[in-house]
Parts: sequence; C-alpha cells; structure tokens
Amino acid sequence: MMSGDIKTMNMIEAINSAMDIMLERDPNTVVMGEDVGYFGGVFRATAGLQKKHGKTRVFDTPINECGIIGVAVGMGAYGLRPVPEIQFADYIYPGLDQLVSEAARLRYRSANDFICPMTVRTPFGGGIFGGQTHSQSPESIMTHICGVKTVIPSNPYDAKGLLIAAIEDNDPVVFLEPKRIYNGPFSGYYDRPVEPWSKHDASAVPEGYYRIDLGKAATVRAGEAVTVLAYGTMVHVAKTVVEERGIDAEILDLRTLLPLDIDAIEASVRKTGRCLIIHEATRTSGFGAELAALVQERCFYHLEAPVERVTGFDTPYPHSLEWAYFPGPVRIATALDKILKD
Amino acid sequence: MPESDSRPASNLPPLSLHIPEPRYRPGDTPDFGDIVVPAVDATPRPSEDTKPDAMRDMCYGLVRVLDFDGVAKGPWDPKLSAVRLRAMLRYMMLTRAFDDRMFRAQRQGKTSFYMKCTGEEATSVASTMAIDRSDMCFPSYRQQGLLITRDYPLIQMMNQIYSNRGDHLLGRQLPIMYSAPEHGFFSVSGNLATQYPQAVGWAMASASKGDTRIATVWCGEGSSAEGDFHSALTFATVYNAPVIFNVVNNQWAISSFSGFAGGERTTFAARAVGYGIAGLRVDGNDPLAVYAATQWAADRARTNNGPTLIEHFTYRSEGHSTSDDPSAYRAADEATAWPFGDPIARLKQHLEMLGEWDDERHQAQARELEELVKTTQKQSEKLGVLGHGMHQPFETMFQDVFEEMPWHLKEQCDQMLAEQEAKFGPNWKPE
Repeated sequence: MMSGDIKTMNMIEAINSAMDIMLERDPNTVVMGEDVGYFGGVFRATAGLQKKHGKTRVFDTPINECGIIGVAVGMGAYGLRPVPEIQFADYIYPGLDQLVSEAARLRYRSANDFICPMTVRTPFGGGIFGGQTHSQSPESIMTHICGVKTVIPSNPYDAKGLLIAAIEDNDPVVFLEPKRIYNGPFSGYYDRPVEPWSKHDASAVPEGYYRIDLGKAATVRAGEAVTVLAYGTMVHVAKTVVEERGIDAEILDLRTLLPLDIDAIEASVRKTGRCLIIHEATRTSGFGAELAALVQERCFYHLEAPVERVTGFDTPYPHSLEWAYFPGPVRIATALDKILKD
Repeated sequence: MPESDSRPASNLPPLSLHIPEPRYRPGDTPDFGDIVVPAVDATPRPSEDTKPDAMRDMCYGLVRVLDFDGVAKGPWDPKLSAVRLRAMLRYMMLTRAFDDRMFRAQRQGKTSFYMKCTGEEATSVASTMAIDRSDMCFPSYRQQGLLITRDYPLIQMMNQIYSNRGDHLLGRQLPIMYSAPEHGFFSVSGNLATQYPQAVGWAMASASKGDTRIATVWCGEGSSAEGDFHSALTFATVYNAPVIFNVVNNQWAISSFSGFAGGERTTFAARAVGYGIAGLRVDGNDPLAVYAATQWAADRARTNNGPTLIEHFTYRSEGHSTSDDPSAYRAADEATAWPFGDPIARLKQHLEMLGEWDDERHQAQARELEELVKTTQKQSEKLGVLGHGMHQPFETMFQDVFEEMPWHLKEQCDQMLAEQEAKFGPNWKPE
C-alpha cells in the first residue's frame, strides 16, 4: 500500500504531494483554481506544481466558481480528471448548481454515457479569524446532494491517502480541508502555543503513492465509556478533552461522511452504549442530525443515555467572538459530563 | 426605516423603473416592419483570423446568404453542392416531421412532455452540417435537429421520449433530454445554460491535449441571462478555447420576450464585444447563412483563433413546450408576420430556383419522411409508452448514482423492492 521513504509533512505538504503524485501518474489529471498556478495557492497547497508539471496541467482560473466547476465537468466529459480548488469553502455557493445539478447527476442522468471524475478541494472551518465568509463548514450541504462523495481528513497521512483515492475515484468528490489544522493539530485551546505536525505521528508520510479507501472511519482512540464521532479539526479537540479528563472514550474519525462507515459507528456505539457527535458546523440540519438519527435507528436498545451533539451555533461565524462560537473544550466537556452522568 | 410609500423631500424629478413590455400582445396585429434587414450582400466576410475588435460591426449586422427570392448572394455564400443542399433540406424536413409526430404523441397521452423547434430547424441542422462529425456538441433542449443530422436512430429518440424499455437512459430523464456520446451529443441537462461552461471545459481539454476537435454549444437568448453563460464566455476568452457559442434568439423564453434578457438594449451577438471574442449575428431562418457562419467559426476555432459567439436571429413559431400556450401572451400571427420566413420553405425555394428540386419531389419527400417517422413510432411503441405500465426494473432507480452502490442506497433499494412486492406481489416484472 505504501511506497517510498517516509518524510515529515504537514497537511499542506501532504496534500501537495498527493496532487504531485497524481499529476505524475496520470496524464489526464489537471489542477486548477484561483491563484493555484504560478503562486501555488493562498494556502500553498499547489506550490511548485505548475513549475514541475507545466501550465496546461496546473493553472490559474478566473474568479468564477460556477465557471471553475462547470469547466471541470466538461473536462471530465472529455476524459480528464480535474482537481479544481475552491479557495474557501465559503465561496463554493456560486458553483453549487454545477455541483448539485450537473456534476453529481451526470452519471445517473446519462446512464453512464458520461461521468464526472472530479475532486473539488476546498479549505473549510474556522479558527483562523476568517470571519463569516472564511470560516464556514458546509459539509452537510454536500452530503445532502445525491451523487457526490464528501471527504474530510484530519491529519497529513490521511489527507494524502484520501486525496489520492478521491482523485482516482470515478465520481465527484468534495474534499474539505480543515484549514485550522493545515500546519498543526489543534487542541481547542486557542490561547496555547500551536503544536507543529512534526510532533504528531501522522506527520510521517510516505513520499510515494498510497491510498486510503474512501468510506472507512479510523479509530483514533479505543475506549469503553463513550463513542465520540468527529471529523477534521474536531478530532483533535475531542482527543485533548477526553485525555485531559481521563475519560475512556472511543474516538472515531469518520474521514468520509458519504459514503459513511456505518459498521464502525454501529460497532462502537453498541460497545459503549453512549454517543457524542461533534462538529464545527451550525447545529440545525447539520451532519450531526444525520448521525444521531442513524445511531438511534441502529443502536437504540444499546443506548444508555441520549445521543448528544456538540456543534457550532446557528449564527454566522463571528469574527471577534470566534472562540465563543467555536465548539471548544468547555462545550465538549459539558456534553461528556451529561452523557456519562448515570 | 423609511416608509415604503414615502420618499424624502426633493426637487428632483422622480426616478422611474422600466419594466420591459413586448410590442404585441394577444389581439394585436404584429408588424415587424421596423426590424432592420440589411441587404443580402451588405455584410462583409472577414477572414477567420480577424481580431475581434476589428470585426465588432458583425455583432450588429446580419449575415445573410439567401435573399427572399431564394437566390444565394454575397461573400458568405458557402456554395454548397446540390447534394448537400438536398441533404440539408431533408434533415430539416425530417426534424419537422419528427416534431409533429411526437407533439401529437404527447397530446395522445403517450408521453408527458415534448418540445418542438418549428421555424428554428436551420439553427441546429445547418449548424451541425458545418462542423466535423467528431466535434462535440453541448445542446440545449431544442437541438433535436442536431441528433437527426448526425443520423442518430430515430427510434432511440422516441424510446427516450416514451421512457420505454428501449430507453437507454432507463426512463430517468424528462422526454427530449437525450444523451448520445457516440454521436458527439452531450447529455441534455434541463437546467439552463449549465452546458455553456461545460462546453468550454471540453474545448479547453481538447486544446490542452493537442486534439483537433472543437466544441459547440447552444442556448436560447433567454438563458443567456444566466451566470453560467457569462462564466463560459469569461473562461473561453481567458483560455482562447476552441468553442462556438450559439445563442438561438427565438424572441421568446416561455412567455418572456427577449427584452427580459436585455434584448431591448443591444443584440445578443454584442455580448461578444465585452469579452473580446468574435461575434456574428446571423439570419437564423437562412440555412445557408447559418452554415456559413458556423463554418467560419469552426475554422477560426480549429486554427487557434479562439471562440465565436453566433446569435441566430429567428422566431419560435410554436409554444415553448407541450405545457405552454403562447396564445395567452403573444399575438396570434407573429410567426407569419416574421419577416424572415420559414427555413424549410426558403431552402426549398432556393433548390427549385437552381433547378435541383420541385414541388412534386418536395411533397413526395414530405410523405416519405412522415411515413418513416410513423413506422419508427410504431416500432418504438411496441417497447411501451409512458404511463402505460412501468418499463424499468425498480432497482435501476438506485443504479448509477455512484459507480458502486454504497450501503445506504442498497438499504433504500431493498426497502423499495419490499414496497414493490407489497404493492404488486412477488412475481411483478417490468412491462
């Protein structure tokens, strides 16, 4: 599965490496987006790729998300494997019709005449003082579309393996990158020094090709007392809190929201009898609602406490009050206490 | 908060909001005498590599070849052989015969929906004849002429319209939303103008691979108001994409006249000016002009001289679709008052004038095509029609959402199969 030497990478470098490898392996792979070419992306995810692979493989686009995704659909119909970047997930909405009505349904509506092997990469989530237009978590909008896969990595090793699998997938994938943890995992304590990825095991990334199959969750921490379902940044915040409080929690990093690893969720909740769902996105109709419904449908007779959700609030993401909004350690600890009370 | 019905005291004249209004409504007698019809040979033909800013006048003129007596004149005359001209006529007549028959089939309750292209046949047929067979077409919903011109089997079109057992799209799509990759015909969406940036993407891919094929794409003047249209033109100009943009200006978008897409202010071809691409405005009821303009644009694209926007100035003679009643919003005889006539009648007249056709042959061909459509229809109806039984296995509903069916769709499929059994018993089979 793995190949090549191991190198210490942060998440940006791992994502860059995944695209580099796919550009190398598959002449039909193209990478495009606003500022991704010569400059290498506002988060540097595509740094060096244009120089290495050429301007027709890695290029800048107009500031036009409808165009970026629409053009990628046409490239896919031709036979290319486009990897468009939407600079912030908050900017994806102008391209949503092309994603929902076109990319997602092309295989279905044409009964396999045409497919859309596109991977839309986009940074999402808060914690970088991005205000209400650079902090959103629109994953449940994506999972609500039929025909799109939704993937969210939480560390460099997974990011690379999942992105390669996403690019190789013959269906459209929305690959949401938690930008708060691009450079290091996040404990949830914004006032503590930032820890770099180099101190984390998952920064040991093979330089060569490997893939992590979509649709598989990872057990971040085994435990008996409560199952914590999380993804992206919140995996690390959850881990910090349960370790600080000495809770024997089992943390599942979902990694792919659709298709979801329901077997892993079911097995864990049946074992622990308790379930906490954590996401940064707004609460109402968030992906947590879907998870709570599934757990209730499949594990009801194993549950010893109501399923709890810790989420962002149903407000736009505020700028100055970012840390009051963020579902941090206090909100998580309060929910854990409630679930574990009796 | 200011009150909605009051305004601050001011000695300025009040502003007024313009709501476009078509000139003629039901009961009016339409008169299109003020439409400027330039002389047939008045519009010059620039070379295919002309810089867009040196040919802006083309966006405001009108490419014409056939005068109203059926004579081909001027620099745009494509000088097609009689064989090609007769083929063009036949494809247009077949398109019309097909439309008439399928419209009637909808009225007979054999399908849910149909859309005719009456009066606009040239914009698809002549346009398709002017490009290579391997060029990729991104149609809107009114380009049946394109499939017919590429000799796509009529029965497959009908099977799709009927959502019957022979429909290779498995009954998933609204009638006329065909898909035919082997005929260079992209899957029709139904959402408006979404195919515009897709065509640009296809053309960019072709160029980046050093291919020689170009893309062509169609939309109506109404949907040129969509953001996708403008996204597409932006990308096309930025990357000099080998693509032909067709705007079929048939004057009406359901009940909204072209004024609601900006047609009162300028031509649709003039959209090209702002993007710095070539624009041509063409008499869309003149098949030879449509052919010549498309050929020009195809040559331009194929020689890396970039995209062209072609406005086909035409008229939608019938309703938007079978669900539409144009007598509720426009004057009854606008189609007959339209100064550019009918494309089939005009090509017929031209061929007759050349001594290559006559009324007898025309009527015989009309009967032959009507018979062909009728026979094919009977064959198709043997495979079922919509609403009379269900023709697809239920589980096809869940196939092709993804390449491989994930667990949640398998579960839902099982649920549906249990419902099927509860409703129809264990031995039910598609009809």
